[in-house]
Amino acid sequence: MLKHMQSRALVAGAVLAAALLGLPIQAGAMEDKLVIVTSYPPDTTDTVKKAFEAKHPGVQIEMLKKQTVAGIKYLQETAGNNASDMFWASSPDAFEVLKGSSLLQKYETKVKGIPEKVGAFPINDPDGYYKGFAASGYGIMWNTRYMKAKNLPVPATWADLAKPIYHGHVGISAASRSGTTHLTVETVLQGKGWDEGWALWKAIAGNFKTVTERSFGVPDGVNSGQFGLGIVIDFFGFSSKASGFPVEFLYPPVTTLVPANIAIVKNAPHPKAAAAFIEFLLSPDGQEVLLDPKIMRLPVNPATYAKAPKGFPNPFKDSSIGAAVKFDLDLSKDRYNVVNSLFDVMITYRLEDLQAATRAIQSAEQALSGKGNAQAEKLIKEAKALVAKMPIDEAKATDKDFNAIFKTKRKKASTKVEGRQAEIEQQWDSEVKANYAKARELAEKAASML
Amino acid sequence: MKAIARGHWGPAGVAIAIGLLLLVFLVVPVVKVVYVAFQHPHTGALTLINFIDFFRTSLFQESFFNSLYVAIMSVALSSAFALPLAYFTTRFNFAGAIAIQTLGIVPLIMPPFVGAVAMLLLFGENGSLNLLLNDWFGVTIPLMRGLNGVILVESIHYFPFILINLSAALNNIDRAMEESAQNLGASGVRLFRRIVFPLAMPGYVAGASLVFLKVFDDLGTPLLLNVNNMLAPQAYLRISNIGISDPMGYVISVILVAFSLLALWTSALALRGKDYATVQKGGGGLAKRDLRFWEKIGCYAVIVLILLLVLSPHFGLFILSLGTIWSFSVLPDAYTIDHYMRVFSTSSEYITNTLLYAGLAAAIDVVLGTAIAYVVWRTKLIGRQWLDYIAMGALAIPGVVLGIGYLRTFYDFNVPIIDKPLASWWVIIVIALAIRRLPYALRACVAALQQVSVMLEEAAESLGASKRRTVIRIVVPLMSGGIVAGFVTSFATAAVELSATIMLVSAESDAPLAFGIYQYMQSAAGRGPGAALGIVAVVIVGIATYVSHRIIARKESERAPELAIAVGV
Repeated sequence: MLKHMQSRALVAGAVLAAALLGLPIQAGAMEDKLVIVTSYPPDTTDTVKKAFEAKHPGVQIEMLKKQTVAGIKYLQETAGNNASDMFWASSPDAFEVLKGSSLLQKYETKVKGIPEKVGAFPINDPDGYYKGFAASGYGIMWNTRYMKAKNLPVPATWADLAKPIYHGHVGISAASRSGTTHLTVETVLQGKGWDEGWALWKAIAGNFKTVTERSFGVPDGVNSGQFGLGIVIDFFGFSSKASGFPVEFLYPPVTTLVPANIAIVKNAPHPKAAAAFIEFLLSPDGQEVLLDPKIMRLPVNPATYAKAPKGFPNPFKDSSIGAAVKFDLDLSKDRYNVVNSLFDVMITYRLEDLQAATRAIQSAEQALSGKGNAQAEKLIKEAKALVAKMPIDEAKATDKDFNAIFKTKRKKASTKVEGRQAEIEQQWDSEVKANYAKARELAEKAASML
Repeated sequence: MKAIARGHWGPAGVAIAIGLLLLVFLVVPVVKVVYVAFQHPHTGALTLINFIDFFRTSLFQESFFNSLYVAIMSVALSSAFALPLAYFTTRFNFAGAIAIQTLGIVPLIMPPFVGAVAMLLLFGENGSLNLLLNDWFGVTIPLMRGLNGVILVESIHYFPFILINLSAALNNIDRAMEESAQNLGASGVRLFRRIVFPLAMPGYVAGASLVFLKVFDDLGTPLLLNVNNMLAPQAYLRISNIGISDPMGYVISVILVAFSLLALWTSALALRGKDYATVQKGGGGLAKRDLRFWEKIGCYAVIVLILLLVLSPHFGLFILSLGTIWSFSVLPDAYTIDHYMRVFSTSSEYITNTLLYAGLAAAIDVVLGTAIAYVVWRTKLIGRQWLDYIAMGALAIPGVVLGIGYLRTFYDFNVPIIDKPLASWWVIIVIALAIRRLPYALRACVAALQQVSVMLEEAAESLGASKRRTVIRIVVPLMSGGIVAGFVTSFATAAVELSATIMLVSAESDAPLAFGIYQYMQSAAGRGPGAALGIVAVVIVGIATYVSHRIIARKESERAPELAIAVGV
C-alpha cells in the first residue's frame, strides 16, 4: 500500500514537473515585443523579421546583433536582470555553453514534420533546450578566377587539399574561434582516427595561406581573391555565389551536417512571442524563407526542398552528404577544449614553421620523383613523421582529469588536476616547434642529395 | 598665505573628482575582469603563478619581442610620413595647408573590417598592385605579409598622431626664438635641427609615444593580417575563445598595461629637466616663408607622394563602395550607386548616433585632459602623476575587457528616472568611448601646457586674478591649439571604435556607425554597403576635422595683427 502510494506520488510529481518544465507557455495574449540576440547579418535577420511580422502584426522584433562569443558574454553578464528573449546563432557549441551556465529555457515545439536527424547529427538538443532550424555542412569553396589564373584543379576531398599544388592557396578559421571549424576537425579525426586524422590536418595546414580569426574572414578572403580556396560552412559559399562573386562550393565525402539553432533565454520577458517565433521559423512558411538567395541555408523540414532552386543540395535525399561518418557527439564533447588547444598550438600559432617544413618536404619529394635514392627517401619519411607527431595520444586527449585542466569552471576540491593549461601548452609548443624545425632540416638534407 | 591655501583647494577638489571618475569608470570595471590573472587557475587562490607561466612560455616571449619590434619600427616610419607634412605646412606659405592637414588626419579614420578589405584588395598578395606587377614584370611584393605588413599598415594608420601634435607644437613656438636664431646667423637645416625641432619636442614626443603605445597595444591590424604572434592578439584570442577561459589573456592585458605605463614614464623622463615654454605668446607660430618656384615643386611632390600612399586605403574603400563585384581583379567589374542608396535609406540613425556619441566623448576628453594636465604639471599635489598614468592606462585595456567590465559593474545599477540599467543606457557607450580615447586628448593637452610658460600665470595672478580665472582666461586660450588637436583625435577615433561598443549596444536604435559596418560585413552581400557606410564615416569625421582647423586658423589670424604691433613691424 505504502509502496503504491509512493509510486503514485512519484508519477504525479513527474507529470507536474513535466508540465512545469516542458510546457511553460500557454495560449493567451501575445506580448508586443521580442528581443533576439543573434549573430546573423541583416540579410538574414531582416528577411526573417519581415516574414514573421507579416504573420504576427502586433509583435515588434528587436534584433540585437552580437558576435557569437560577445553574445554569450552579454547573456552571462546580464542574466541577473535579463532583458533578452532568445539566442539565435549557428554554432551548437555556443548553445552548449549557455545551457551549461543554465541560461536557457526548455521548450517543446508544436510544429510537426521535422525529422530527428539530419545526416548523422540530431537536429534538436536531446535535453530540449535548443532547436535546430536549418542544417549546414562544411565544405570547400573556391574562387574560379583565382583557380584559372593559377592553373589549379578543383579538389574533391579533404586529402586533395594536402597536395603540393595547393601550397599557400588555402584558408580556414581557427577551430577555437569557429564552432563549425571545430566540428570539421573533429569529423575528420573521427573518420580517420586520431593519429591519421591529425596527420592529414597538418598536411593540409602546411598548405594554408592563413588561419583567420573570424569565420567570415574565410569567405571574405576567397571572394576578394586573397586566397583561392577556403574551408567554409556551406551557406557562406551559397550566399557568396548568390551575391555574384565568382565562387563555387562542394561538399567533400567526409563532412558532418550540423544544425544552426535557436533557443529561448531563461526568464525571457516575452515568452509567448518567443515561442511564436520558434514555431514560425520551423513552420513551412518560415522554412521557405531560408531559401532566399541572401540566406541560402538547408531547411530542416524535408518538404521545403520541393521549392528549392535547381541544384540545391538536399541532405534528406542525397545520402552522400554528411552521412559518411557516424558522428560521436559525446566523444567530441569530452575532448572539445583539448582539440581546440592542440589545433592552435600546432597550427594557428606555428603556421610559419609548419609552412616552411611542408614546403621543404614537398620540394624534396618533387626532386625525388623519378629518381631512386633510398637514403633520401628515408629522410623524407622521417621528416613527414616528425611533422605528424602528436604531443599526446588519443587516450590522454579524452582523459577526464586531463580535460579538466582546460575547462572553464573552477573545479571541486575532489577533482584531481595536475598542471595548468599554459604550462601544458608550453610543453607542446616547444616539442612541436623543434619537430617542425628538424623535419625541415631533414627534408632539405634529402633534397641536397638529389 | 591665505591666497595660496585657497588656490590649492580648487585644484585638489578637481583632482579628487577626476580620480573618483577614473576609479569608477576605469579601474573598478577593469579590475573586476582582470583579477583572474592573479588567481590560481584551479584553486582560485591569489598567486603569481600565471605570470611565471607567461615568462616561461616561448610563444609569449616571441609575441612580446614582435610587438616591441613592430612598435619601434612603426614610430620610425610614422615619423618619416609626418615630419615633412607638419614642417612644410607650418613653416612655409603654402596654398592648401589646411586641406593638407585635414587630409593628413583622414588615415586615422579607418572603419573596422572594410578598411582592411580595401587594403588587401589594393596591396594584398593578389591585390591590384601585385596583379599589375605580375602582369608587367612577373613579380609580386609581399607588402601585407607578416610583421612588415603590420608595420606598414600601423604607420599609415597612426602617423596622424605625430602630425597633429607636432603641427600644434610648431604653431606654438615663439617666433622671437626663431628670429633671434636667424639674427645670430642660423638658417636652413641648422635652424630646424638646433632651434625649431627641439622647441617642438613636447609635441613630437606626445605624438610618438601615442604611436608607440597604440601600435604596441593594437589589436585590429594584426588580426586583419592574421598575424597572431603578437601580444594584443594573443590576449584577445585567449579572452574571446568559445568555452575556454584561459587566464593568460588577462595576464597579457596586465602586462600590456604595465609596459605601456613604463613607456610613458620613460618618455616623461626624456622631457624632464628641460623647459620648452616660451613667454611671448600670441604669434601665429613660426614666421612663414615664401618658397622659391623649384622648392615649391619639390615640397608639393613630396607631400603628394606621402598623401597618395597614406590615403590609398581610402581610395580603395571608395572604389569598393561603388563597385559591384571586386574579386581577383585590378578594379571592380562594374560600378553602381546602389550601396549608397541602401545605406542612406536605412542608416541615418547610425550617423546621428555617431555624431552624438563621438562628439560628447571628445568634449569630455578635452575637459578631463586639460584638467589632468593642469593638475599634474602645475600643482604640487601628492600622487598627481598617478592621474596621468591611470588615464593613459586606458590605452592598454582591450575594448572587450572594458566592455565586459562595464556590463559586470553597471548592469545591476538602475539609473533613476529612466529606470534602466546604466549598462544598457546609451550614455554608457559615450563613457566607454570617452575613457578609451582620453589618452589621445590628454597627451595633446599635456604637450600644449608644456609650451605655456608658468610666468604668464604668475603674472595674471599677481595682477589679482583668481586661480580659476587664470586657468579660464589665460591657460586654456593659450592651450587652444593642443586642445583642438586632442578633440580631433579623440573624435575621429571614437567615431570608428567597435570593440567596446559591440559589448555595450543593447538596442539597435542606439547603435553607432562602426556597429552598422560590422553588421554589414558579416555577409557576402554586405561588403558594398559596409564600404559605403565606411565612406560616410570618413566624410563626416573629415568635415568635423576641417571645421576645427578653420577655427584655429581664424583664431590665429585674429591674434596675428596684435603681434605685429607688439613686435613693432
